[in-house]
Amino acid sequence: MYRIISKREMAEGTVCEFALEAPAIAAKAEPGQFVVVRPNETGERIPLTMADTDPEKGTVTIIFQVVGKTTALMQTYEVGDALLDVIGPLGKPTHVEKIGTVICVGGGTGVAVMHPITRAYKKAGNHVIAIIGARTKDLLILEGEMKAASHDLRVCTDDGSYGHHGFVTEVLKEILDKDKNVRLVVGIGPVPMMKFLCKLTKTYDVKTVVSLNPIMVDATGMCGACRVSVGGVTRFCCVDGPEFDGHAVDFEELSKRQSAYLTEEKKAMEQFMGQTGSGS
Amino acid sequence: MAQEKPQRKKVPRQKMPEQAPGVRSKNFDEVPFGYDPELAQLEASRCLQCKKPKCVDGCPVEIDIPSFIQLIVDGDFDGAAREIKKTNGLPAVCGRVCPQEDQCEKLCVLGKKGEPVAIGRLERFAADWERTKGELILPEKTPPTGKKVAVVGAGPAGLTVAGDLILKGHDVTIFEALHKPGGVLIYGIPEFRLPKSIVEAEVNYLEKLGVKVECNAVIGRIESIDGLFERGYDAVFLGLGAGHPMFMNIPGENLCGIYSANEYLTRSNLMKAYLFPEYDTPIARGKDVCVLGAGNVSMDSARTALRLGADRVRIVYRRSRTEMPARIEEIHHAEEEGVEFHLLTTPIRFIGNDDGWVTGMECIKMELGEPDDSGRRRPVPIKGSEHMLECDLVAVAIGAGPNPLLPTQTPELGLNKRGYIVAEHETGKTSKPGVWAGGDIVTGSATVILAMGAGRQAANSIHDYLIQNQTTWL
Repeated sequence: MYRIISKREMAEGTVCEFALEAPAIAAKAEPGQFVVVRPNETGERIPLTMADTDPEKGTVTIIFQVVGKTTALMQTYEVGDALLDVIGPLGKPTHVEKIGTVICVGGGTGVAVMHPITRAYKKAGNHVIAIIGARTKDLLILEGEMKAASHDLRVCTDDGSYGHHGFVTEVLKEILDKDKNVRLVVGIGPVPMMKFLCKLTKTYDVKTVVSLNPIMVDATGMCGACRVSVGGVTRFCCVDGPEFDGHAVDFEELSKRQSAYLTEEKKAMEQFMGQTGSGS
Repeated sequence: MAQEKPQRKKVPRQKMPEQAPGVRSKNFDEVPFGYDPELAQLEASRCLQCKKPKCVDGCPVEIDIPSFIQLIVDGDFDGAAREIKKTNGLPAVCGRVCPQEDQCEKLCVLGKKGEPVAIGRLERFAADWERTKGELILPEKTPPTGKKVAVVGAGPAGLTVAGDLILKGHDVTIFEALHKPGGVLIYGIPEFRLPKSIVEAEVNYLEKLGVKVECNAVIGRIESIDGLFERGYDAVFLGLGAGHPMFMNIPGENLCGIYSANEYLTRSNLMKAYLFPEYDTPIARGKDVCVLGAGNVSMDSARTALRLGADRVRIVYRRSRTEMPARIEEIHHAEEEGVEFHLLTTPIRFIGNDDGWVTGMECIKMELGEPDDSGRRRPVPIKGSEHMLECDLVAVAIGAGPNPLLPTQTPELGLNKRGYIVAEHETGKTSKPGVWAGGDIVTGSATVILAMGAGRQAANSIHDYLIQNQTTWL
């Protein structure tokens, strides 16, 4: 059992943050790695990146968007409650080197995944520009944390309620037009965002790394649920990733594979909402 | 006049009571019901109690078969279970899943002219009796040796090593990557062949003996092998399994609805997706299913698909009936339930619709040529025999290779060119001092009982190493 030590709701309650008591994982976790969470006995296993870890306190922080039954169920848990199973650290850690100027782009809850990676690149001595975006001001998360983790933070909202009015890719294009020394772009967010970001950086011939979020079951390389095509070769995101060369990823295929259970997800959510008598 | 052996009546091999095919293909309850005491004793009476029992030679863990069978004849069912447990810690499992037709029963003298003694069914009977009605008597504990052993993997090999070493007085901890112990017993073999309550009971028994089980522990991530030694373990056993699914590597394989058998079965068995939405993990419920391969995993996948509501399930296999590796009983049960067999056929590509879902496979017919390195005749495509098989779900059950997670984190662990851990034949010692390995991670996908046999040998070697404080390795 993994106790919830602290809880924070963000983005008008659509995003939830837990700090979990998981000292063994906190001691070993590195930026870019994730955990698999199973909330209860009938629960499914879902992968969630560790937004932060505190080896001294022995805690691991996960930030998740409430999108379906499992995340909606988890949102009802309070401090002192426990998640039944947490497995980690999983996946290959981010490969961080001192290379020069690095742009870290996070969209939506991708910002949570981006945060420890951004911090790591800054710590390694790179000049880090961070771009974060959300649909509207109230859905932005971790602005303060991302400011501290980078040298230069740019914020965007789709509706212009805060920061630049537009998509993260527009701000990225502006920077790439001006700065010819960008060595690496890291992009994490919804699949369409990563897809367009990679299309853009390809035209500037800048190396791009993305962190993928396919459906997973065991997450230790045993089942292949998380398979993604990278450069025409099938890779298992859980053991070969979660980070890959963005220009080689087949985003179309990933998008389709992520939609494989839409019917079941809808049914599960409807049943859950019916049980809890809550509206969304 | 020489004393004549008492004449035994010609008792036929007793049929196993089981659910009717039409009924059982709609539920996940166990198919065979098991013998009742009367049937068990009748079957046990068939045993000739050979002075030189051939059956024992066929058993990978050398159970004293005539002895336990005699105890059943005598009505001491608990005693029979205890006899088996002297050499086999998982009799309820083995009685259900061992390929007895290739092992003990193959060598049974009665099998020469008639049907062999149903040794597997008797083993199952004794184990089930002890678990459900009998008195669980724990064996005597030996004094603690002060030595600590880490077992990586709670599958058949690991459970056997743990069970053996705890009885010899060592401190044993099993580290399991999944959230429940059992390995293939819990994720691979379906409920209708091996109820999970039995696996739980077997693991509970080990815990009663003092074995510690830590789940959610992915060795290679949460801790390295060297890290285990630093934590004070004196020996490490790797029972990692062949947990890496093999795919055909043909076009279209990443379409939705194409599962590795590992994923399909893990969702159904471990995550209980057959109870969705009571359990949250979903599984696609194909109506027209194709399963590639013809081993036990393929039969399990096909029969699971039927139970999940498929109207048609076809097993597609590139060789012929004779080469099918599955246990005879599994093929038989699958056929009874209505699974169709498309033999000498292999897919060359998968076809899908605009939503990215599989709608069919283009296949080609095969003919058998010369044997390959597995000894089976090599299948050769017949030009011009391309044809389509429609389907909305595919389970790829063509084998599993070595899971690379721990080996890639431990470069000094000697691997063969296919990535399996190299281990000394009689002892299970790997190239890394203090580390043993056994089961599918060494041999490639095999059986539960062979993994247990390897676990037995490794446990003996580990015990000797620890007690004798050996310093040389290989």
